[in-house]
Amino acid sequence: MRGPDVLRGRSSPLNATIKMLLARTGRLAVDVNLLADDQDLYSAGLTSFATVQLMLALEEAFDVEFPERMLNRRTFASIGAIEACVSEISGAREAAA
Amino acid sequence: MTYHEAFISERAARACAVAAQFCDQVDAEARFPHETLRALKDERLLSIMIPRDLGGEAAALADVAEVCAMLGQNCASAGMVFAMHQIKTATLVTHGVESEWHRTFMRRIAEAQLLLASATTEGGGIGGNMRNSICAVEIDCDRFTLQKEASVISYAKEADAIMVTARRSPQAPASDQVMAVALKHQYVLDQTGSWNTLGMRGTCSEGFVLTCDARAEQIFPKPFAEIAAQSMLATAHILWSSLWYGIAAGAVQRAQSFVRAEARKKPGVAPLGAVRLAQTVSLLSLMKSGIAAATSRFESAKRANDELNSMGFAIEMNNLKVSASQLLNEIVREAMMICGIMGYRNDSPYSLGRQVRDAMSAPLMINNDRISANSASLLLAHRIDARLAG
Repeated sequence: MRGPDVLRGRSSPLNATIKMLLARTGRLAVDVNLLADDQDLYSAGLTSFATVQLMLALEEAFDVEFPERMLNRRTFASIGAIEACVSEISGAREAAA
Repeated sequence: MTYHEAFISERAARACAVAAQFCDQVDAEARFPHETLRALKDERLLSIMIPRDLGGEAAALADVAEVCAMLGQNCASAGMVFAMHQIKTATLVTHGVESEWHRTFMRRIAEAQLLLASATTEGGGIGGNMRNSICAVEIDCDRFTLQKEASVISYAKEADAIMVTARRSPQAPASDQVMAVALKHQYVLDQTGSWNTLGMRGTCSEGFVLTCDARAEQIFPKPFAEIAAQSMLATAHILWSSLWYGIAAGAVQRAQSFVRAEARKKPGVAPLGAVRLAQTVSLLSLMKSGIAAATSRFESAKRANDELNSMGFAIEMNNLKVSASQLLNEIVREAMMICGIMGYRNDSPYSLGRQVRDAMSAPLMINNDRISANSASLLLAHRIDARLAG
């Protein structure tokens, strides 16, 4: 497992925005900055209600829409998983533009 | 119908004959349906869903649903006990086949026809929100201890084992839960609440403080959130709805006998309730098709994990529960309108009092308003599928 970003001292803008939104909407039991990118968010206290709030915040911030096939537990399982999905949606949109 | 399905339903019919004999006594005395459970065990129906190599019959959920519907027509309390037991069994079958302890336990269920109960509801403000826990398991070497203020454990005193939810550890957040199996000799129950209700009086869903000390390997390897999404949500709503269908079908049959008797008394004149009966029968078939659609959606979703965990699937199962429980209540009320005073009386062959009272529990067990609020949240994300064949 990789260490928390604060310890590794690097973070992409996408990664930083996701964490900021997660801190605002995720209602987690722990400090978002202490979470590793691959750490399980559900065991950190993410509920299905908070997942929806987080998704809405991500859609607003990145001006994207999560397709139906991504609306499952795996998509929001970790910061890394969210990052991969947001990159995939934005990438697909840019390729289509 | 396959040979196996016919075999299951023949055995269920024998248990139903016992249920019909004792249902009024169970209801009047608010006592556990011992005789019917004895019959279900004698017919070895408690283990039908368990895999064959572990001593069961690997019955499909639809076969179990059929038994629930049959029991529902005779004794809804016994049907609910059977449904709840099978929901727990489905969890073992789905999430326990790779764990040696749980495999051995399934063999024992089949051998001794053990009855499973569950402690997912908790006092202290958690109430019916089973996806949060206050209590936590404390693991020490190969054992765990747990104390739960369980505001409801149905038929706890009659069960051979209880499946209990709790936080993963004393440090874990409320939503990070695990589920464990505790055997009768591993727990103590201190009763804190009684069960004197309008209907479903035989489920004996009393309150207890549950204290247990058991082996750590009895905790399911998967988090409870996944167990809830992948087996409990669907099996609970499908089996409850099937039992409710049985209550509704039984009430409609009674209403039909009433209308036919009226028709015989006055040949050539359409009985007062005949048109209402036709309309009620159409509600009953609406209820039936909803259950069939949800069951086939579940069977196909089981082949794809992402589908089981999807918001669309959760919404569909929520819809089944809300609509089936509402339809049931509409149907039993209509059946009573058809039978009139003869349905209202407690001492007539067309009496529907018990069915009406039992039906009223349906929208309340996991309150429909709570379920709708959950769907409302999911619908902020999930897009409605407008396809007819979706």
